[in-house]
Amino acid sequence: MKLSLGPLLYYWPRDTMLDFYAQAARWPVDIVYLGETVCSRRHEFRTDDWLKTAEMLADAGKEVVLSTQALIESESDLKMLRRLADNGRFLIEANDMGAVGLMAGRPFVAGPHINTYNPQTLQILAEAGAARWVMPLEMSRDMLAELLAQDTSGLETEVFAYGRMPLAFSARCFTARRHNLPKDNCQFRCIENPYGMTLKTREGQSFLALNGTQTQSASVYSLLAALESMSGLVDVLRISPQPDNTGEVVALFRAALDGASAPQQAAHELAPLLPEPPCDGYWHGRAGIEQTVAY
Amino acid sequence: MSLELVCPAGNLPALKTAIDHGADAVYMGFRDNTNARAFPGLNFDFAAAQEGVRYAHAKGKKILLALNTFPQTATWSRWQQAVDMAAEVGVDAVILADPGLMRYASRTWPQLRLHLSVQGSATNYEAINYYHEHFGIQRAVLPRVLSLAQVEQVVKHTPVEIELFGFGGLCVMVEGRCVLSSYATGESPNTAGVCSPAKAVRWEQTGNGLESRLNNVLLDRYEANEKAGYPTLCKGRFEVEDETYYAIEEPTSLNTLELLPEMIAMGIAAIKIEGRQRSPAYVEQVTRVWRTAIDAARRNAETYAVQPIWAAQLGKLSEGQQHTLGAYHRPWK
Repeated sequence: MKLSLGPLLYYWPRDTMLDFYAQAARWPVDIVYLGETVCSRRHEFRTDDWLKTAEMLADAGKEVVLSTQALIESESDLKMLRRLADNGRFLIEANDMGAVGLMAGRPFVAGPHINTYNPQTLQILAEAGAARWVMPLEMSRDMLAELLAQDTSGLETEVFAYGRMPLAFSARCFTARRHNLPKDNCQFRCIENPYGMTLKTREGQSFLALNGTQTQSASVYSLLAALESMSGLVDVLRISPQPDNTGEVVALFRAALDGASAPQQAAHELAPLLPEPPCDGYWHGRAGIEQTVAY
Repeated sequence: MSLELVCPAGNLPALKTAIDHGADAVYMGFRDNTNARAFPGLNFDFAAAQEGVRYAHAKGKKILLALNTFPQTATWSRWQQAVDMAAEVGVDAVILADPGLMRYASRTWPQLRLHLSVQGSATNYEAINYYHEHFGIQRAVLPRVLSLAQVEQVVKHTPVEIELFGFGGLCVMVEGRCVLSSYATGESPNTAGVCSPAKAVRWEQTGNGLESRLNNVLLDRYEANEKAGYPTLCKGRFEVEDETYYAIEEPTSLNTLELLPEMIAMGIAAIKIEGRQRSPAYVEQVTRVWRTAIDAARRNAETYAVQPIWAAQLGKLSEGQQHTLGAYHRPWK
């Protein structure tokens, strides 16, 4: 199984991003997804910065994939999408059927925000040029096994295996709403929350995280303890960047994949690095918020 | 092009009421999780669907059938059979979200008209044109996230008819791209055809007030003088940085009556009324008002104005009795 570093879902200052990817070049990940998937207004990294970072990571031996926005609303969103689709150098992750259409048969990764729930749809994506697909977040191991048992596409399967889960997208910016600002004049306040803004219930339970137009789980999805149940099904495990300790998280997954430590032991070592309590319900066919494996 | 009024029906009485009071088309679902209103006691079996189609066609109106959830591998055949059943019943179109199912329908029933469901999450013309080129979809229902200016861009760049939501429950998230419900309960619109399912809801009178919970997650707490609405996950009050408020969306309804002339001018093909889970009495009221409004706007867009009586009638029916123009109006975002 390969390890990937997912696209950065948050808005971090430019220097933080440069530093993060300089470190990532040395981490034991095989694939790095780059690019802005959440909000077109974010601009600490411009397209040229992403492309330069992509070259740097490719030189470091990483497979680089350029991720594209999940919610494509405007002509300028489409313009950006076309520019990425036509970059001629790096693979693209499509997160919208508009992007799938624009690839016009050129190879791409079908991202987690394409709704791929059955082998018939997976076959359509393969015909459109997909080389790999990322399972929808809410899909369980059993649903994946059933799908792959009937799959004839032969695509690589990637699973979101670590991080706060991107659960929903809206045209509304919930961070701007929190600050009583209109989205068009958001003042880029999401840069103040490098891990999103935790939303709690009125009895203090951490429930969701507001990340601009994206709503995430407050809990951190982690399938480290479930690695054995993935064999024969999953080709790539995705780790989603977090502000601190991402390198350590990568190292623990790597050690478990290489057999250097047992998954349960690695999961035990992961516990103190988790910024919020873990969850793993989706993989086990339950509500996503639930944690089924004891640490 | 005329603007079609598309009304909801959760049962035969609602369907007939909608047809009798001015709907051009009625949309419905079969009685299982092949559609995004898979509620107990709601929807149509084969015989009721047949009767609905017969009733509508006798009056020159259309029936659209929503098959807008995503089939799983193990249950694929149920969705495939539902497409077959819809074609055999003689509906005027099926409303689909899953590409695999679109291919099946287009190959097996080439005469069957396909609409792209709002659950298909197509927010741009490239996505809509992809579905058109590959599966021949003839109409797309847009998610409730675009501004009117963005909608106009879509209309200009696609041969596909565009249908917009005009009235009723408001999804603040992009439909088909929201799994908040399965995060809390294990069931989402995509997979189970339900959002914030009733079986996971619990009401409890406590010392702190009336509390609503969804699979034990506290969604809201009401004072004695507050009106409690259905506990949809995104419409609860939550704490963010020590402030308690409707962090995602107020319990409000979409109402776009005042935008009708603009929608007609930009060539929108149809207006959809949300609410297959609502009563025949609700469907009657909403259909009546929207029929009157559409006719007035088409007669003379210049002099068209929302009549106070329409607003009053719709206001009584709305969730939380609040209205919004939603994303069509840019500042909402």
